[in-house]
Amino acid sequence: MSDAITHEAHHHGPPTGAKRWLYSTNHKDIGTMYLIFALIMLFIGGAMAMVIRAELWMPGLQLVQPDFFNNLVTNHALIMVFAVVMPAGVGLANWMIPLMIGAPDMAMPRMNNMSFWLLPPAACMLILSMIVPFFGGGQTVNTGWTLYPPLSIQSGMGMDLLIFTIHILGVSSIMGSINIITTIINMRAPGMTMMKLPMFVWSWFYTALLLIVVMPIFAGGVTMLLFDRHFGTSFFDAAGGGDPVLFQHIFWFFGHPEVYVLLLPSIGVLGMVIPTFARKPLFGYKSLVYGMAALYGLGLIVWAHHQYTIGMSIETTTYFMIGTILISIPVGLMIFNFIFTLWRGSITFETPMLFALGIIVMFSFAGTTGVMLAVVPADLQYHDTYFVVAHFHYALIPGSLFGLYAAVFFWLPKWTGHMYNERLGKIFFWWTTIGFNLTFFPQHFSGLAGMPRRIVDYNMIFTEFNVMSSVGAFIFGLSHLLFLYIIIKTIKGGEKATDEVWEGSSIGCAGLEWTVPSPPPFHTFETAPQVK
Amino acid sequence: MTTETRHEKSIGHRTTIKWLLVMAVGMFGFGFALVPLYNLLCSVTGWNSIATNTVQASADEISQEIDLTRTVTVTFDGTINGGLPWEFKPLVRKIVVTPGISYEANFYVKNYSDREIVGQAIPGITPWQGTEHFHKTECFCFTQQTLAAGESQIMPLRFTIGADLPKDIKVLTLSYTFMDTDRSVLRAGPG
Ligand code: HEM
Ligand SMILES: [Cu+2]
Repeated sequence: MSDAITHEAHHHGPPTGAKRWLYSTNHKDIGTMYLIFALIMLFIGGAMAMVIRAELWMPGLQLVQPDFFNNLVTNHALIMVFAVVMPAGVGLANWMIPLMIGAPDMAMPRMNNMSFWLLPPAACMLILSMIVPFFGGGQTVNTGWTLYPPLSIQSGMGMDLLIFTIHILGVSSIMGSINIITTIINMRAPGMTMMKLPMFVWSWFYTALLLIVVMPIFAGGVTMLLFDRHFGTSFFDAAGGGDPVLFQHIFWFFGHPEVYVLLLPSIGVLGMVIPTFARKPLFGYKSLVYGMAALYGLGLIVWAHHQYTIGMSIETTTYFMIGTILISIPVGLMIFNFIFTLWRGSITFETPMLFALGIIVMFSFAGTTGVMLAVVPADLQYHDTYFVVAHFHYALIPGSLFGLYAAVFFWLPKWTGHMYNERLGKIFFWWTTIGFNLTFFPQHFSGLAGMPRRIVDYNMIFTEFNVMSSVGAFIFGLSHLLFLYIIIKTIKGGEKATDEVWEGSSIGCAGLEWTVPSPPPFHTFETAPQVK
Repeated sequence: MTTETRHEKSIGHRTTIKWLLVMAVGMFGFGFALVPLYNLLCSVTGWNSIATNTVQASADEISQEIDLTRTVTVTFDGTINGGLPWEFKPLVRKIVVTPGISYEANFYVKNYSDREIVGQAIPGITPWQGTEHFHKTECFCFTQQTLAAGESQIMPLRFTIGADLPKDIKVLTLSYTFMDTDRSVLRAGPG
């Protein structure tokens, strides 16, 4: 905690070699490491998705065994959620929050280092959990990312590895969150009041607060699972007086807020990108801040909409249905805030803005299918079909992932000092958007027609939709090679970026990152700036 | 910024961190507290289940009315939970009944292990709307069943389908799952 005072490397450049990264306490370096880690895991998780789609290309078994298929589904989801979107979000937070609020670094630089370095071992364990079944490690983890017992109690060693992975990731993200909140509360430059905070900072304030509340619950839940597996307890075993449904409640009490953890940072990015390229301050700044608070509150009390089919009492189900439908009010409010910001703005369509506009359209679609799923009698039909798969991929890919892409294009010139190639950026946007829609749009139809999720084989009648999905998935997957190319090319060189980078970057409640050079020096804001 | 003010800040940090840590640790504890809370809440309110059918129906609860205008098909099903080394099955798979009349059905159970095991059967009815109209006056699920090594038993069930059963329900399925009540034995077993 006293790191902030004793931190010695003032006015020097970064240390050289591996030590720079291993021992780093610099928020920019740590942010970079988080982002690179997320990018690597994106390719690993993406490769798994490619195998899944290759297998589902045709009905029948082609490539992989059913258990391994389900293992792929499980680890694909866990990687994308915990090893891609969350670390990427934390990486952005590390890079941008201190720069935006005029702080010299994060509140606890050493804890920051530890939060990051917990991730690689966790990722190794996550991947190991898939490998051990091939070497006598027992049954594969074939439960899906929800890890429901009794199946998860019967899985082999892979499950234990996953449980420990979740523990480590939990510790890492809780430490990261504590760091972020402490930074936001205590390290703002003079004059940077809470109500002047850039929207991205606000979004992370809520995200971190949400993580601190729900991540420990999940850690507790998987700990109970571990006890049931090895120490003879019966938290979730009906034969011993426990209740497997209790795990579902614990999981979703965490799991539903978790989707906001994934969403909110990207909403924050939109709150920066849209005003910049519409050249208008954000419409309804305050309402967005309070809207996120409403989302936070409501998000904590609607979890059982994932469990309509477990046979709860009618009253309980009705309550969860109404609560869930209410959520669409703050979500809709955010969308309207963005649309009104665009209204009569002088809009230009650089890559980050293309992503932002794409998100508004595609994410609204997810909101719509979400409300459909919230309605109990309808959900009893849709539950565990590809309709749900389509819903949450529309929510998560535009809602979270594309938001991160927008952020990367938005701030890459700031980070590297070079402009990326705008033409390639635009090609990437269209390529990835078309691939994404081709993959997931048909899944609405196969889902409505009754195709169940997490199953390796399917009825012949779904073939056409699945071929479309698979073709789309390969297009979507391949587009990321271009993404990688653009990033590497921009790091290596390119047109010099100005300090402001974008014409409209300092409009409204902008961050202070545009007042420092591009790329920023190793240490910034050693003397706190004064915000008017 | 001077060292002075930085120092003050780090005191501010400490308070914030303290509160956040308390929150995180508190929520971890709350996760475990959910177990008894959940059991208590569910047993008091019944929120966790749309319908249960585990209690014995008393005679005066069942209406004496007989509905001769229709019949209902009742199917039976028996499942074993986990590694319980028992065989368990209904002796008749289905019977066609008249609402209001009492019927009997028998279930067969055998303990294949070389030790005594105490089991408990848990019933469930599909569709759930039929649950409250399925009156069991005698059932092996009301008590635990003790089977010695190698012992087999025929267990009776006596039930009446109420005449007030909604007209659109033509088939009712009664399914039992047998559980081993002593889980530590189960653990040491094949699992
Ligand atoms: C208006 C807002 C939303 C509503 C009303 C809503 C409603 C629902 C409902 C009812 C389900 C359960 C479907 C089922 O399993 O039968 C569901 C699933 C899901 N939703 Fe949403 N949702 C909304 C927004 C979001 C957002 C913003 C995200 C993430 C960014 C998201 C991510 C997910 C995920 C990941 C699942 C599936 C989890 C699983 O079963 O593996 N949803 N949603
Ligand atoms: Cu949810």
